[in-house]
Formats: sequence, structure tokens, C-alpha cells
Amino acid sequence: MGWETEYEGFLAMLDEADSELLATEGAGSEEIKAFLSEDGEARRRFLKQALIAGGGVAAANLLLSYRLNLFAQTVESMASRSSSTVESAVTIPITLRVNGKTHALNLEPQVTLLDAIRERTGLTGSKKGCDRGQCGACTVLADGHRINSCLALAAAYDGVEITTIEGLANGDQLHPLQEAFIKHDGFQCGYCTPGQIMSAAGLLKEGCPTGMGVRECMSGNICRCGAYNGIVAAIEEVRGRQA
Amino acid sequence: MQTIGRPVPRKEGRDKVTGQARYVDDLIFPEMLYGATVRSAVARGRIKKISFEGNIPWDEFTIVTAKDIPGENCVALILLDQPYLADEFINHPEEPILLLAHPDKHLLEEARRNVQLEIEPLPAIFTLEDSLNRKEIIWGEDNLFKSYKVEKGNVDEVWQSADFIIEGEYETGAQEQLYIENNGVIAIASPEDGVTVWGSMQCPYYVHKALLKLFGLPEDKIRVVQVETGGGFGGKEEYPSMIAGHAALLSWKSGRPVKIVYDRAEDMASTTKRHPSWTKHRTAVSRDGKLLGMEIDFVIDGGAYATLSAVVLSRGTIHAAGPYSCPNVRIKSRAVATNAPPHGEERFAESNKTSRQKKGMGFASFMHGAGFTGSGEKYLESVVGAEATADGRVRILAASTEIGQGTNTIFAQIAAEALRLDYDSIEVAKPDTGAVPNSGPTVASRTCMIVGKLVESAVLGLKQTLSGSGLLKENYTQEDFRQACRSYIEQHGALKSYSKYKAPPGINWDDEKYEGDAYGAYAWAVYVAEVTIDTVTYEARVDDFVAVQEVGKVIHPILAAGQIEGGVAQAIGYTLFENVVWKDGRMINNQMTNYIIPTAADIPPIRVFFEENPYAYGPAGAKGIGELPMDGAAPAILNAIENATGASINHIPLMPESLIEALGGESG
Repeated sequence: MGWETEYEGFLAMLDEADSELLATEGAGSEEIKAFLSEDGEARRRFLKQALIAGGGVAAANLLLSYRLNLFAQTVESMASRSSSTVESAVTIPITLRVNGKTHALNLEPQVTLLDAIRERTGLTGSKKGCDRGQCGACTVLADGHRINSCLALAAAYDGVEITTIEGLANGDQLHPLQEAFIKHDGFQCGYCTPGQIMSAAGLLKEGCPTGMGVRECMSGNICRCGAYNGIVAAIEEVRGRQA
Repeated sequence: MQTIGRPVPRKEGRDKVTGQARYVDDLIFPEMLYGATVRSAVARGRIKKISFEGNIPWDEFTIVTAKDIPGENCVALILLDQPYLADEFINHPEEPILLLAHPDKHLLEEARRNVQLEIEPLPAIFTLEDSLNRKEIIWGEDNLFKSYKVEKGNVDEVWQSADFIIEGEYETGAQEQLYIENNGVIAIASPEDGVTVWGSMQCPYYVHKALLKLFGLPEDKIRVVQVETGGGFGGKEEYPSMIAGHAALLSWKSGRPVKIVYDRAEDMASTTKRHPSWTKHRTAVSRDGKLLGMEIDFVIDGGAYATLSAVVLSRGTIHAAGPYSCPNVRIKSRAVATNAPPHGEERFAESNKTSRQKKGMGFASFMHGAGFTGSGEKYLESVVGAEATADGRVRILAASTEIGQGTNTIFAQIAAEALRLDYDSIEVAKPDTGAVPNSGPTVASRTCMIVGKLVESAVLGLKQTLSGSGLLKENYTQEDFRQACRSYIEQHGALKSYSKYKAPPGINWDDEKYEGDAYGAYAWAVYVAEVTIDTVTYEARVDDFVAVQEVGKVIHPILAAGQIEGGVAQAIGYTLFENVVWKDGRMINNQMTNYIIPTAADIPPIRVFFEENPYAYGPAGAKGIGELPMDGAAPAILNAIENATGASINHIPLMPESLIEALGGESG
């Protein structure tokens, strides 16, 4: 498994960063040492999850910057209060680019891209159906590729161009997929619809692998109303026009 | 300008494809808190102690227990047996015990896990058999929520003379509705201003009724507003009364708006599902293929509380004999209690496998009654209003909800057709108990046929008023109508008309004898399924599906086909994939990775055909449609599997494991 090798490599990097931190602080504080060792387990878990979720290098960089911030804030909080509990509200600055607009945010590193979009940019079109990457209602485009935004960490998408359902139309002019979904009634309750349409937009760009139909290529987006006939017809129509 | 029968654009279509449609989780109120529910972990027991542990700033939390309830601690529905919060006794493993609210939803979750419950367990029962045998009495005197009996002719005498007697036992599993939008509400409540709830729901007036009792307030102090709803399928019929009450209790105590939105796991485990069922059919047939007699025993598992089991059971009882003429029938049905979360209504399904009487394989013929069962519609006394504005627009006032099935669109079509106006000049008001009359619950395939008819007569009332005042001549244009509305409103202030349900002539039901016309009309259908069985994996795949039905006049051909396609897709899941795994009364596969529902890749192109036979008492001749497709797919698919493999399967969901067993059993 690729991530395991990556994991070991990143851990070594982090350990190195830790010892540098300890050295720069003169290896003085016993509390800081204790903190770093207590924190080790949580850090390993986080890194592993990030790697399995496909965050890769971005996640490792994120973790490094998170560690530096956490360290600085820990030192600060130890100076200012006697309590040994450490507040978890450590944030890192990131630039979220959604539908052409830039949002400078300070986010906790565990905040998902979906929560960052829904709660920090005011764009609620992307939906949370399961928060586990199982339903596809949260699908957005990241640099043109479709992803489940509930499985992505916002900080790993620093500077990446994100497109949500609100950014698909050109002003009042609907995207051809949006027109086709209306025409073919490719939705009923509408809750999975933003995800379906964004997934279809990604599919138009990437194309269906040989031997695979639209149904297979859209099978990561679940519609409980069962509007699949309409969804598939809408996508086929727009694909046909493109070809 | 004809709109009925034409594929006009869906009213809320543009908002839904652009991400502008606002669902409850998209709304944020100033100063809003988030709410969470602490639930039992044992199936049956007595609460001994509740303690608040962990490194949690408990003084920042709003905490609500049964003691904080201002009115009665029961979810008012048919019976008053289900508490909002368990006070002492616990009857199922997801029973709500305590509520928490806090501005930080992450800390809230942490806190929820740090509430320690000390519960003394009591013996619990989880199967129909244990409940029927009264292994423990867990509800009432006999675990029986409701029972019905239907008698016709003399069944006892037919067995002697029958050429063939066919017997079978059939089992169906629970099914999770799995709307993609989980249950959610926002409430603002205070003793001074009363209670207002915005939420995802099918039946605003059910919630209204339940909150009246929970808070002991007068009717005008409770307001329930449906927001855009991401699917229901029966799963948001009565459960919203529970979550709305919880959010309102937290708001009442904290003085701030409170939002509760379940996550997927909580929604799947705690909310209602389709009732599991067991049916025994004994049928006498003559050599020339006539049905001589049927004896049917039908039992459903209602879970821990009565909820709507009596209504579901009644529909099941009446549909149990199928669409066949048979002179001698006895049907006995029972809804029983177990220590599982209550089962509610789900888009109704009747799985009545008929291959042995019908020779065709992969085929099912069936019917589905439209409207509330029995005297239901008479008791509901649904009302619809219509209001005209000075610029000649017409607003429909009804509590029937748009949950994806097209309520807004078809109401506008029905009104436009009746008034001969443009479809675009009709709007449908948002269901809000403060602004619209009670047109009844959005269930039971009743919205088009029953409520749609009321829409038609309410808007015709507007026209009559205008004609009666001499403002509108017989043949009028859109502009004439506008002028007439303006003149009328200038003179009288407002133009409104209301219409109340009256049973069609000749439709009578006797509650006592349990006989008569249970429905004003039935939809009829024949479904054919073609399946492939993979002989290595034993997976069954539906390759082709043809659905032919008669639902009266079709109001909107694309939406109607969508109702059928969607219902068949759900029914394919119900038949082949959707297996609720229970452990001690609790659903343990409460995620979408281990409770599998169909994707686009699992559903064949469903071919839908309508035979139009207008029904005199439906709007423009329409009947009900929503639940019909759930009834026929399972028997059609099981019959097709029997045709393919020779294995006669009498239970669903049919997982590959069962098929291996069935085939192994027959060949070995």
C-alpha cells in the first residue's frame, strides 16, 4: 500500500520537526516535552486518515504547519494560564477559492471542505447527506475534477479552484446540464441534485472509460427518489451534443 | 390553454438545479443553538440514574428532561402511548431520554457522549413470534396494537371441494426510507410568543397537533412551516413531530432558536422504517383456474409504540387478497409490539406473490387504493383554499407538501385547467399552519386525487364568485380574469374561496363491521420484470422492467413516469439489496455502505406505460399514483427469479446468501 510508505516518511519528517522545535526552545520546558509525546498518538491517527483519504503531500504539509501553530499556541497558553488542558481551537490560515471568489479563512485543520464551503462562504447548495463519502450529495469540482467535499480537508485545498453548483450557471444562463436536468426531470426532491449535476460536469470533462456507461460512471451519486432514468437521459443528451 | 397532460416545467425546478433551494440545514438563525438527543442504549429497562461526566463545561449547556415538559409528555397521533422523553421506563434502544443544546456543535457531540445513563435492564422481545406468544407483555395487555378481521362467503367449506390447495408463508423485511436529506428542524419557542417550527416534513398539521399537546398552548400559538424537503417516502410522516418537539423544548428552556439535524447514522437507527411483515396465504383453486377461497393471516411488527401501525395494518388487510375476484375470503391481521424503534409508514408495499395462480413468470398484477383507508378521508375533512390577487394571479392554500413528487406543479396545472388560465399565473403557497388550511397529511397516494379535487373546486369557487358578481362573462381571457379580480378586490378587499372534502356519492365505509368501500378509487397495474442470476455470485440483476398502469387521467406525463420509475427503483432495492440487520432491537448497519440502496448502475431503464381511464371524482379524472409502484415490483422480480432458477422464494430482501441456500436445498 502506497500510503504506508508515505506515512513512515512523513512521520520521520514530523519527528525531525519536533526535535527542532524542542531544540529552538532550548529543550527547557518539561511540559512541552510531555505535550509533544501525548500528542503523538492523535497526530499519527490524523496523518493516517489524511493519507488514506488521499490528501497526500498536501496533508503532510498541512500537518506540519498545524504542528507549528499548535506548538506556538501551546507555548503561549502555558505562559498565560496554569491549566494543563490545551484548547483544541488551533487554526491555520487558508485561502479558499470558490466559484472565482477568494475567501481568506482561519480554519481548524480537521474542517472538511464541505463544512468550510457551507458554513464559511454562505454557499449552501452543496449538500451533506451522509458526511462519509457514501451518497455523493456534496460533490464539487476541484480544479475541474469531481470530489466528495465531505471527505476532503479544506486546508488541503488551499488555493485550489473549487466550483460548486452555485458557480455552474453563467449568470442567468443555466449550464446545459442544468437545462437538461429540468427538461428530463432528472430530480424530484432536489437534495442530491447539486451533487448529481456537479458529478455530471466532472464526468463530461473526464469522459467514461471504455466499456463503462454513464450509469456506472454516475454510480457514486445516489438518488433515493430514483430519478436515474432522467439523470442518465440528461447527461447523455449533453454528452451527445458535445461529441 | 390546456395544461393537464402536458409536461409543464416543475415549479421549483430552477431553484433545485442551481442550488438556490433552501433546506432546513441551509438556514441559520441569529443566536441559534444546536440540539442533540441522548438515547437509551438498552432495549427495555428502567432509568436509575443520569450523570454528567467528562471535562465538559456543563453549565454552558441547556439540558432538557421529561420534567421540563410544559404540557403532556406524549407524541399525539392515533394513540398517546409514545413519550417525547422517557421519564422512567424505556421501551426501545433508541428511546430519547434527554436533550442537550449548545452553540458549538462539536462540543455538543462530545457532551452527548459524556452523559452517563444507568439503566436497569428488563427482559425484551424482538420477534413477531415472541410478541404473539406473549413471551413478555411489553405493550397493553397482549402486545397487540390492532387487529382486523374480514369475512366473506364461507371459507371453511371450500377446502373439501377444491382441486388444488396452495399454501405459502411470506416474509418481508424492514426498509429504511433513506431520503437523502436527514430529518431536521429549527424551533423558536417561548411562553410569551408560543412555538414556531420550520422543518423537513410531509404533514405540517400532524406536527401542529403534537405540539399543541406537548406545550398545552392554544392553536394559534403553534405554527409549523414546511421548508423545502429532501424526500420523505413515508419516513417524514410522523417522525417530524418527535424531532420538532425536541427542538421546541430546547428552545423553550434556552430562550434561543434551536436547530436539530440528525446525522445519517442517527437518522437510520432511530427513525421509523417500513414494518417487517409475515403472511400466511392458503388458497383454494379449481381445475379450470378459478379462485374458490382464500384464508390469509397477516402480521406486522410495529416496534415499541403504536404510531401509525393501525393505519398501515388496515391498508395491508384490505389489499391482502389482491385484485382478484374470490367468493370466499377470510383475512385476519394483527399489528404487534416489539422492543425496536417504532415502525412508521413507508410508501406502501404489498408483496403478494402470485406465480402459482398466474402462469406468467416475472409478472405481477395488483391494485392500490388512493386516499386514506376506510373512513379516513371523512374524519380528516380536508380543506383547500384559493386566493386571487388584484393582478389576476391565483394562490393555492393547502398544507399538502412538495417533497419531490410534484405537488406544486400538479396543483398549479389543475387550477390553471379549471380556470382556463396560464400555468404561470398560478402559485402554490408554502405549507404554513399559520397561513394555509389543513388539507390533510401528504401520504396514502391522496394528494393528487383527494386534495387535487379540492384545489379544483376551490379555484372554481373563485370563478363563481366573479361570475356571480357580474364581473366575469362565460368566455373570458386571462386579461378579463385579471380585470375581474381587480374590480372585485377593489370593492370587497379580498377574493378567497375554500373547499372541504365530501365523499363521492355511493362511497361508504362501516368502521364497526369493517366493510364497504375502503377507497374512492383504486389504481391498477401489471408489472413485468426480467432478471439475470449470476450463478457464481448468486446476485440477481433486473435487466428490464415494464410497468403498465391505470391511474385515471395523467396530469403530468413526465412527473407521473418519474413517480413510477422512482417507486420501482425503491422496490428493486427492497427486493434485492436492502437488508436491515438487527441486534437486540437496534439497526446495526445504519450507514449507506452496509445498508445498500440502488445506484444508477443497479437500475434498468424502466419502461412506463399509462392506460388512461378518467375517474369521475378525481381532478380532471386523475387518481392516486405515489405508492402504487412499490406494490408490484417484488412479486414480479421473485417470479422472474423462480422462472430463471426454479427456486421459489417467499421472503425479501432476497440476498445472494438466501438464493444459494434455496438453490442448494432444491438440488441437494
